Amino acid sequence: MSDLFRNIIRFALFIGIQVYVLDNIPPLNRFIIPIIYYLFILWLPFSVSRFWLLIAGFITGLTIDYFVMTPGLHAAACVLIAYVRPFLINILTPKDTADFNYREPSAKAMGWAPYGVYVLVLTLLHNGYLVFLEWLQFGSFIDFLVKVLSTSAISLLLIFTAEIIFPRKMKFRTNVA
Amino acid sequence: MRNVILFIRRYSTFISFLVLQFIALSFLFRYNKYHRVTFLGMANEITGRFNTQYDKIDDYFHLREENARVHKMNDSLLNLLRSDFIIPDTSKILVRDTISYDTTGRIRKYYWREAKVVANSTVNEKNYIQISRGANQGIKDNMPVVSSEGSPVGIVANVSANFSQVMSLLHVQRTTSVMMKKSRNTGRLEWDGKNPHFLTLRRIPKSDSVAIGDTVLTSNFQQVNFPPGLIVGTVQEISTEKSTGDYILKIKPAVNFQNIQQVFVIENLFYDEQTRLDKDTRKKVEESDKKNN
Repeated sequence: MSDLFRNIIRFALFIGIQVYVLDNIPPLNRFIIPIIYYLFILWLPFSVSRFWLLIAGFITGLTIDYFVMTPGLHAAACVLIAYVRPFLINILTPKDTADFNYREPSAKAMGWAPYGVYVLVLTLLHNGYLVFLEWLQFGSFIDFLVKVLSTSAISLLLIFTAEIIFPRKMKFRTNVA
Repeated sequence: MRNVILFIRRYSTFISFLVLQFIALSFLFRYNKYHRVTFLGMANEITGRFNTQYDKIDDYFHLREENARVHKMNDSLLNLLRSDFIIPDTSKILVRDTISYDTTGRIRKYYWREAKVVANSTVNEKNYIQISRGANQGIKDNMPVVSSEGSPVGIVANVSANFSQVMSLLHVQRTTSVMMKKSRNTGRLEWDGKNPHFLTLRRIPKSDSVAIGDTVLTSNFQQVNFPPGLIVGTVQEISTEKSTGDYILKIKPAVNFQNIQQVFVIENLFYDEQTRLDKDTRKKVEESDKKNN
């Protein structure tokens, strides 16, 4: 399966799950909003250039936005994490090994600890920015803090569950391919 | 010039980041002001298609409740039929004509259209409901939407060709004028963005005697929106606002927002006339004010 095809399927799946499953469960609490769709951006291959990362982020966010009727909100947050992603990967991976051998960021490619940091930082950024933009229009500061933390916690839980339940086949990239 | 080009090439990613952020944020803030945004109509059509497919499956899970509701509704309507009533006269029993309206001198003011909910949310602070009727089926902005039991659900905020988006009562920027059934005092219904099971009613004066369980109706004054006298909900908790001394009432809405399936969109046939009159009056008052000054 080519990278492009695989990612298109992933895109449809993530959007579908976010819009039709996660947004439809009755909320446990108003602070706990499960968000997982941005894992799509976290899982994009290393080989995608920075510019196309930004475009992919923008489109993903905007698609969610049109389903939830908040044009621009998720798009802004996604563009932010798409912009930060390459810097984080540069800091967290040993230059010559992972970047070269594996197709996309994963626990196997980067090691559990760096991958954990990678997911944690981008989750906090995404949710922080998202809730911050909402907070600009409505709400109080305590609400903002609690919401960022609780939303991030549930998102992290979902992401690591997904990571364990659906192990991605991580093929080594050879020089031939 | 060379330096400028070098600068742009060097920071091209950062610049495209800024541009995309700017586009996203301008979408966001423009939208909040005018309730509409570029491409929203088109996107509405596309998300509408997907939502309709999803809704077809989702429907099976609500069949029993929906059936019970329709049956109850039918029951209440059958009880209103003219043929159910007789008017006893002193001499003989007169059975009324089965035509339930008289043909002279009555003008229709509200027109109800049924619609199907295809997408719904209650988890956000600004919730919208998407329904399967649009401009082609006669829906316009600002039309009120009520549930199948006839309780307010929201106001149409945006219309595309075959779908429309309804701003739910569960939207922090939505306020509705309502009144207490007993005293006819009007107040303002809001939502605090917290619990989708409760709404907040403000501005009911302290002189009113409010009890838990009192019914709240849509007010007589807001005739451009909801028809008067629809049941909004019941009072669940009473507290007072310290600064003004007015009541703050916690209202349990008559609609369960989480499982709305069928709604009615109400067209006020005098909407244009009423809003025009309102606008003209304001203009006239302003003009006369200017003259006096």
